[in-house]
Amino acid sequence: MDKAATTEKPEFNPTLASTAVGMLERFGVVVLGVLLLLVVPLSLDVFRLGLAAKYLCFAFPAVGIVLIWGYGGILSLGQGMFFGMGSYMMAMFLKLESAANPDSSSGTALSAFFGAAGLPDFMVWNSIEELPWFWEPFHHVWITIPAIIILPPLVAFILGYVNFRNRVGGVYFTIVTLAIAAIMAIVIIGQQGYTGGINGITDFKTFMGLDLDNDTAKYVMYFITVVLLLLAVLVGRFILKSLLGRVLVAIRDQEDRARFSGYDSAMFKAFVFAVGALFASVGGAMFTIQVGLASPSLVGIVPSIEMVIYAAVGGRLSLIGAVYGAFLVNGAKTFFSENFVEYWTYFIGALYVFVVMFLPLGLAGILDKLRDVGKRSG
Amino acid sequence: MFALQAFTGLSVFSILMLMALGLAIVFGLMGVINMAHGELMAMGAYATYGTSVLFEAYFPSLMSIYFIVGVVLAFFATSVFGYFLERSLIQFLYKRPLDTMLATWGVGLILQQLYRQFINPRPVEVPTASWLQGVWQVSEDVSFPMSRIFIVGLAFLTATLVYLFLYRTRRGLLIRAVTQNRGMSGAIGINQKRVDAYTFALGCGLAGIAGSSFTMLASTAPDTGQAYIVDTFIVVVFGGVESLLGTIMSAFFIGQMQTWFEFYLSGSMARAGILLLVIAVLYFRPNGLFATKVRR
Repeated sequence: MDKAATTEKPEFNPTLASTAVGMLERFGVVVLGVLLLLVVPLSLDVFRLGLAAKYLCFAFPAVGIVLIWGYGGILSLGQGMFFGMGSYMMAMFLKLESAANPDSSSGTALSAFFGAAGLPDFMVWNSIEELPWFWEPFHHVWITIPAIIILPPLVAFILGYVNFRNRVGGVYFTIVTLAIAAIMAIVIIGQQGYTGGINGITDFKTFMGLDLDNDTAKYVMYFITVVLLLLAVLVGRFILKSLLGRVLVAIRDQEDRARFSGYDSAMFKAFVFAVGALFASVGGAMFTIQVGLASPSLVGIVPSIEMVIYAAVGGRLSLIGAVYGAFLVNGAKTFFSENFVEYWTYFIGALYVFVVMFLPLGLAGILDKLRDVGKRSG
Repeated sequence: MFALQAFTGLSVFSILMLMALGLAIVFGLMGVINMAHGELMAMGAYATYGTSVLFEAYFPSLMSIYFIVGVVLAFFATSVFGYFLERSLIQFLYKRPLDTMLATWGVGLILQQLYRQFINPRPVEVPTASWLQGVWQVSEDVSFPMSRIFIVGLAFLTATLVYLFLYRTRRGLLIRAVTQNRGMSGAIGINQKRVDAYTFALGCGLAGIAGSSFTMLASTAPDTGQAYIVDTFIVVVFGGVESLLGTIMSAFFIGQMQTWFEFYLSGSMARAGILLLVIAVLYFRPNGLFATKVRR
């Protein structure tokens, strides 16, 4: 389909431009780390830092999409589903914590009035009297966090394995992911009493007693996000450099041959799909902690497809590019919504067309070209 | 009661079928999924709306037949748009079907915003012609609204015309030849580029007709198309591509299921239930319910 992954980087390049590009590639993770851990927090005020943190949360699914799409050849238009799973599980925990806390405003007075203490406010409004069973485990942080890490990849693995075993691939699988993301959004909006409906779950104050509104907490959460994100990039890189990554690329380029060589291609594809789901879920959970919201508007097909454009802008073969892509596209979104809202949709619509037509390898592709030009002239 | 439910299902089926047919023809021929299909349906609906506004202003005496003009206009507007879309964008992406989905999604977003900015951000409605307003009183408690009968009729007429076009004309023959064996049809001198372009235009035109008949059932908003797109894809996948009969059957099943589920469950749960059911069926029939057995 596309150019195979190039992991080996070239020798010494004489021209300045290509040397810089070469450095950027070799030390990409370090550069990214310095940018995110030092430059961004030092140069932005707390409000803008909060925005940056939000963008970085969207970088998690984008990094996953590079693995799944760029290297696995599977286009998932349903990553919002996994983002949403992480986001909602975290929101359930936070909501229960603030509902149980007598100091918080989160509907406790109301709940107490109705004789249902400890119940989230929106359930009271929907006259649900008892906490539904699937909310119970999320009283405990040590169930919530493992659930965020385990459940979405598990769902993804089963979904992927079942479909890939049956050779449901390519466009078909894409439509299945699209449909499942749609289902999840429909169910969340439809079951208002259990999920908060279209308004989502919001209005939480603390995470394990830590006040989320003060600046220190915001910095702490930002740094946790960055560290997790860098970890995700490193895990992705480790997978791609391992034998597993090589087999994955082989499957992407010639699935039949890989299968005839004895590889269980469904297993490989399902595995990488699960890794992508894990990243998306972690991103969703960090999003909910920092933005204070879990919403169906981040689950359905529109946000799911938007997550793909982050990876496409950065370059579908570049894990680090996905982070820059998420940052740039979301930055553009904020810029448009602050200045001329109505043009945002034109912009992102045109972006899909432009990137696919003229920049199939994204920004990372431009870097590659620069290096090639440098090499030729040198 | 039963008859009424079944009939409501039939009109849902008609719209689904019209939308899915267009998508299935394009997908079968070129392996391309057009994510802007929903917006093309909205374009057809807006063309019909535009016709009604024009007729109201200039030929009020002919209001009773505006809808028929609207359907024809909707077909031509969307198919011309489809033709240019294929020439300017899709034709470069045949080797990359997944990328085509992204690019057409972008086109869809742009169209949506154009509708919002230049037509109306709020839903628009078309007037129903007087002869479509009545009901057909079958018995004391069973009555069918005329507008729905008209939609079903229009769907059957369109399906028949598509069938005749594909199986009884020379152009249809060429389309089937390219669908079945792209390499060989090229070798015997069929101009595939032309076939691709007008097939894509045909598929888009069918979406336009679907949108036109959709205006009889509900109002049209800029994001109407997006709400229907997933269901349409599911119809195509469920039916099995390369089988137009399969698409029609699958639209029939899903349309019927939709109305029956809605009878017992809430609307949103019904939709979710159907989508889940279809995904489950795909597990057992990965190539769709009515796929012909082909060795690949």
